[in-house]
Amino acid sequence: MATVATGIQHEQKADETALITGSEAIAVACKLADVDVVTAYPIRPYDTVMQYVAKLVANGDLDCEYIVAEGEHSQFEIVKHASACGARVFCGSSGVGWMYAMEALTVTPALRIPMVAMVGNRALDDPGAFGVEHNDALAVRDLGWQLVWVDSPQEALDTALIAYRVSEDRRIFLPCAISCDGAFLTHSQALVKIPTQEKVDSFLPRYNRADLLLHPDNPITVAPQGNEDWVMEIRRQNFAAMERTVGVIREAYADFERIFGRSYGNPFFEEYMTDDAEIVLMGMGTLSTPVKVAIRKMREEGKKVGFVRMRWFRPFAAEELAKSLGRFSAVGVIDRDYSFGSPYLGGVLAGEVRHALYPSPGRRPPVLGFICGLGGREVTVPDVEKMADFVYQAAEGKSVPLTTWIGLRE
Amino acid sequence: MGRLFAIEIIYRGIFQKTLAKNISRAIVLAAHEEGKPGISFGRYGDSPERNGIPAKNFAIVATDDVTLEEGMAKYEPKEVDITIAVDDTLCKGVESWAWYGLQPVNRLLKPGGTLIVTSREEPGTLIGMSHRKESPYQLSIVKGTVSFSGLWVYKDDHTDVRILGAISRILPELFSLQSVQKVILDEWKDPVKVQSAAKAYDRTTSITVTPDQGNPEVPYKFDLPKWYEMGDGIAIPSIPAGGGMEDPVAHTLGGFQPDRNPTFKKYTTRTMRPVLNFDTCIKCTLCWLHCPDSCFDVTPENLYDPNMQACCGCGVCEAVCPVKDCVTMVNEAQFSDNASQWEMWRNDKPGYEKWLQGKIENREERSHGFRYRGQYEEQVPEMLNIARGA
Repeated sequence: MATVATGIQHEQKADETALITGSEAIAVACKLADVDVVTAYPIRPYDTVMQYVAKLVANGDLDCEYIVAEGEHSQFEIVKHASACGARVFCGSSGVGWMYAMEALTVTPALRIPMVAMVGNRALDDPGAFGVEHNDALAVRDLGWQLVWVDSPQEALDTALIAYRVSEDRRIFLPCAISCDGAFLTHSQALVKIPTQEKVDSFLPRYNRADLLLHPDNPITVAPQGNEDWVMEIRRQNFAAMERTVGVIREAYADFERIFGRSYGNPFFEEYMTDDAEIVLMGMGTLSTPVKVAIRKMREEGKKVGFVRMRWFRPFAAEELAKSLGRFSAVGVIDRDYSFGSPYLGGVLAGEVRHALYPSPGRRPPVLGFICGLGGREVTVPDVEKMADFVYQAAEGKSVPLTTWIGLRE
Repeated sequence: MGRLFAIEIIYRGIFQKTLAKNISRAIVLAAHEEGKPGISFGRYGDSPERNGIPAKNFAIVATDDVTLEEGMAKYEPKEVDITIAVDDTLCKGVESWAWYGLQPVNRLLKPGGTLIVTSREEPGTLIGMSHRKESPYQLSIVKGTVSFSGLWVYKDDHTDVRILGAISRILPELFSLQSVQKVILDEWKDPVKVQSAAKAYDRTTSITVTPDQGNPEVPYKFDLPKWYEMGDGIAIPSIPAGGGMEDPVAHTLGGFQPDRNPTFKKYTTRTMRPVLNFDTCIKCTLCWLHCPDSCFDVTPENLYDPNMQACCGCGVCEAVCPVKDCVTMVNEAQFSDNASQWEMWRNDKPGYEKWLQGKIENREERSHGFRYRGQYEEQVPEMLNIARGA
């Protein structure tokens, strides 16, 4: 199949180390993936990635169509169409910008478009804060988007490459949103290993839209009207594609390790100091840093606390997670999000973890939910210690509230 | 646990955004030359930054990864080894629109830490501008005019590398001059910049500032309300409309002075301020109309008095005033208070005229952004001469 891609001569022979932000790391991944069409519309903190991609284009390091749309809705529609025509695409947004694109976001998985997007996680308006909250990306959790959270610029770069590989797999053809916590990841520069083009090329095949390519040589109609005779079967196809992601993600991580020589272990969740842990805390994104520091401190005091960082939220590795959590006497889930009126008034992740545990044949430890770090509020080491104390009480069978707000002025 | 280093760079939003980022990046890269890991980031609450608003960049470096993670577990450092103010008027205090009240420039400095300021002023002037601190600290001046540019241009006047050279002298445990010189050559490919860093290293001296030196004003303190004390629906009370001004001589009430936010003082954005000649003012209202910050108080006789609690120093009033030398922008470093010019003029007209002439005649050229095409090109050689020690 013909593609709209143009090759660029790359000279890098060995992995290089660069001091870059999480956003810049995603932009570098776009360059290494040689994306064909990028659309942009500014909103903090996502806008940093569009600036870095624009710079790559301006400097002649990346040859792609770079389109600044007139709003997020068009931004996501344009790449949707480009992807249907066989272009590898990149897009992204934050907070209410992502919500403004919602109609485009819903039709993207339905049409089996392997769009890769970056969500610079940001609190939803009002009150117009810039800080991180996960409700923006989570708003599409039921629609067929793959959702992954990363916690370092290195992981952002690597995961973007993996996201292209998984999404563009003909067995999948579903979009993937990579969530990067606003400020902590999008705006912090850290040292990142940038792989050679050769390695990336051997890991990531060219996007082949195959039978679904929208092209005069392959006359098809995409997105026709359908009535009640068709909808359930169409949804069932997406259900099947999402079901297949688990295996394809596993394959991609195994291949990533083989080619890049760097391993992420279990692709779906990272476990930290869980081997001998009595209780564990769970969470997504960059709150891993204060949690890990607090755990090292608590271990000096003899408290055997571990941490489970969910990487992939969709697909959700429920069975595997339930099996792992069965090893501990209690679990505390830190949500950087909210779900007002939800069961036990907890956050989204806490509800998903309880859901994952309920049918588990193994041990089902009590699960406490914590709402913490909303709008970019610092999750402090004492906050984490406080949460661990609650979880220990639950482990001892004491009555503890199922949802507690931590770090709130009260 | 190893050693953690933290450095903050306080800068003027947009005008010095690239400068601050370059310094912060180079600190991390120079430490990395010596095997120390680090991260560099901007204070996120400062963005989207606006022209002149005080903003911060941080570089955090550690002797090992585990110690670095301890540093990264905080939103921003609670104390720093070095504070760099890349504009001397920042010494009066800093307040971005995302902060709560004016904060001393030296607030985060550890006891014995160093405040590096780029300035042509004498140490006494800078100490007088800075708030008193309970523990002694060091002041080191990197001589030079303020380096301002824009979002899309960078004034490459060596301010960046001269500060880096000074750091290697002040905190050699962080990185050596050799390490930073290597980074400068890698990043900028300019051997002259490497020399500038070495000259700054040679010339760097510092003096001790004791707790009894500096501005005695007590920094603003506040308590944020609890969640149930706040109004529902993100509704907040507005500021009252305001009222007349009292004439200090006749004690009559007239004109109009708007009430202003009692805690949010916009003046730390200011790097120059307007001085007014009330005798030549024709009361055309243009300054009052055009001021983007509504900083002009209307006096009982319909003159316009720029309120120094509210003025951001943008210079629009000077630009729109139709009368020659009626409004003149003067370097903020020339002033030690925010008193009303109109009151000064009403109380002592000959004294005010003398004061006004003094401010205008002795004023050091200062601007932000382009005032005319080619201005930066004129300023760069002057700074390079300072860097070379000419």
